[in-house]
Amino acid sequence: MRFALSPEQRDFATSLHDYLTGADTPGATRSWAQGRHEPGRKLLRGLAELGVPALLIDEAHGGLGADPVDLVVAFEALGYHAVPGPLVETAAVAPAVPAAQAWWPALASGEALATVVAPPHVPLALDADIAQVVVDLGAGTLGETTGTEVVGSLDPTRRLFRVPSATPLTGGRAFDLGVLAVAAQLLGAGQWLLDASVAYAKQRSQYGRLIGEYQAIKHLLADVATHLELTRPLVHGAAVTASPQDISAAKVKAGDAAYLAARTALQVHGAIGYTAEHDLGLRLTKVRALTGAWGDGRFHRERVLAR
Amino acid sequence: MDLDIDAESVAFRDEVREWLAAHVPTLPSMDTAEGFAAHREWEAQLADARLSVVSWPREYGGRDASLLQWVLFEEEYYAAGAPGRVSQNGIFMLGPTLFAHGTAEQRDRILPAMARGEQVWAQAWSEPEAGSDIAALRSSAVRTEGGWLLSGQKTWSSRAAFADRAFGLFRTDPGERRHRGLTYFMFDLRAEGVTVRPIPQLDGEPGFAEIFLDQVFVPDADVIGEPGQGWRVAMTTANNERGLSLRSPGRFLAAANRLVDLWRSTGEPAASRDRVADAWIGARAYQLYTFGTVSRLAEGGQLGPESSVNKLFWSHLDLGLHDTALDILGPAAETDRAWVEGYLFSLAGPIYGGTDQIQRNTIAERLLGLPKEARR
Ligand SMILES: Cc1cc2nc3c(=O)[nH]c(=O)nc-3n(C[C@H](O)[C@H](O)[C@H](O)COP(=O)(O)OP(=O)(O)OC[C@H]3O[C@@H](n4cnc5c(N)ncnc54)[C@H](O)[C@@H]3O)c2cc1C
Repeated sequence: MRFALSPEQRDFATSLHDYLTGADTPGATRSWAQGRHEPGRKLLRGLAELGVPALLIDEAHGGLGADPVDLVVAFEALGYHAVPGPLVETAAVAPAVPAAQAWWPALASGEALATVVAPPHVPLALDADIAQVVVDLGAGTLGETTGTEVVGSLDPTRRLFRVPSATPLTGGRAFDLGVLAVAAQLLGAGQWLLDASVAYAKQRSQYGRLIGEYQAIKHLLADVATHLELTRPLVHGAAVTASPQDISAAKVKAGDAAYLAARTALQVHGAIGYTAEHDLGLRLTKVRALTGAWGDGRFHRERVLAR
Repeated sequence: MDLDIDAESVAFRDEVREWLAAHVPTLPSMDTAEGFAAHREWEAQLADARLSVVSWPREYGGRDASLLQWVLFEEEYYAAGAPGRVSQNGIFMLGPTLFAHGTAEQRDRILPAMARGEQVWAQAWSEPEAGSDIAALRSSAVRTEGGWLLSGQKTWSSRAAFADRAFGLFRTDPGERRHRGLTYFMFDLRAEGVTVRPIPQLDGEPGFAEIFLDQVFVPDADVIGEPGQGWRVAMTTANNERGLSLRSPGRFLAAANRLVDLWRSTGEPAASRDRVADAWIGARAYQLYTFGTVSRLAEGGQLGPESSVNKLFWSHLDLGLHDTALDILGPAAETDRAWVEGYLFSLAGPIYGGTDQIQRNTIAERLLGLPKEARR
């Protein structure tokens, strides 16, 4: 048993962080929300060069043949930096859908993007206006978009579209990989929210003291750190075992921990955190949206308790 | 990254499982004289099977088992519904302290008897004016021929009413303040000058005791580490109390599985579904977190402020789990001995071994690097 990331996996995470830190990710994310895709497309091409969409695609189809642990390492970094776009769909779900096989080389290289519809958990398709492939996960077939009208989301960076799909879905490997990637993304977003809050608490002073000296602030942040620390092994463990019970457990805990991190971050930052200019908002709305997407708490808790 | 268990550890786990299935008794509460005696016998039986301290070296009664095997042992132990360990303060706190700071003579003299439950140890840390703030302690020790004379008062000492010996800090340099000038001693609870007064806990049983010391002689051989270095020695003990060793993941996963069974047997009440699921998720998270810690320690890592993360998490997990069980049971909860006992014990989790507030301060200051609060 070696339940720890390998040096290669840690290096992979570091290279993603370095790239996303230097690439003006927040700027690309804000443009994306307004339907200006070019900076975001450029960002995604860079991620393709680092191998992100190729991870789960086998070598015969131009991929890397990596495993789900590598996937969660990548998605934790993507969540940390709030990268926009249909990455869960492209890098986690489509590689597990046989009907999309013809597209795998193009997805792996970053030339094409995929999106997914899987009612009731994924009723609308993310970024269907720019995705070349629409996967109807219930039917296991390729679908198509109908409208081009964006359905407004709680998270402005999530551009959602209606897609005709009548095939309801409650599980399956492709769905589970999507759930796992979302859980990792939530964990990453939560970690960013904690890091930003800690940094802020060390430099903002009120009443003549750094706010980080006050126990009322310390204790909030200690709780967030505790929940995130205990979420990471669930996400990694679910990637190792791939059991639906573990994957659902990871999704529930990641949603709860990230949401606690988001609410706490807003409180610690005060009004500045409530502004659109601050990067905190990019995670706060995403976390809330993802908590309900890809199976809400009720669905996943039921799966945890299923015999 | 993998969760695979090697063949040797699987064989060990199977042996443990089989042995426990054939031997696990039902014992009365260890906070009573009768229960305490029965627990001692159980510990001796465990020791005969070389299962009382599996991770210790063979010469002290262990099996040199790896940390992973210890975790597997604990999982089997609690899954089998085996009783709590009456010698836990000794084997999980004093034991590791002696391995880190004791002399060979101390280890040879103390550990084998501890492993067999022949000598049961009490933790004598808290004082009336020193709870969270242990460095405020007032009990003192003064030099005498061949040893020291201990005086003062300790309190809230678990099962000291029945235990044989105790360990704790005393001020040996009256000129020094706070963390300096403290020395770590072991002493006999039946020595001349020691008075032990039992204090009943919530359930009415004498689970606590106060210890009064009046010029109690302790030989030099019973000082752990150098005189004056007690604080550093004590931190080993404290990390063990909060961290890995005292609260094995097996306890919580076994209890969470019992909770899920209870929920099913009562018709899966929808009102408690989320809480039952969250308890199981928390226990699974704790188990995997422990596997991560075991992997890290196996590669030479150290336990640091993460032990506070551990403590804060499991104490709430335990409480939530038992609270949920009582709610599911409704009026029947009042008379369900097993769940009630577990519940009353879980209530203390956020207090002993450092309260929630102290753990949060540690996490914030030592893990997150937030500024220290101004202290007088
Ligand atoms: C079941 C049980 C078994 C125990 N067994 C033992 C034993 O075997 N041996 C032993 O020595 N002791 C034992 N204890 C005692 C235990 O270690 C102490 O209770 C604990 O350290 C807290 O001290 P206190 O009770 O004096 O509370 P106090 O320190 O008086 O704290 C009271 C409240 O104030 C808060 N507080 C204190 N300081 C701060 C601060 N700086 N910032 C914010 N809040 C603060 C605390 O969190 C708490 O909420 C046991 C306790 C229990 C409940």
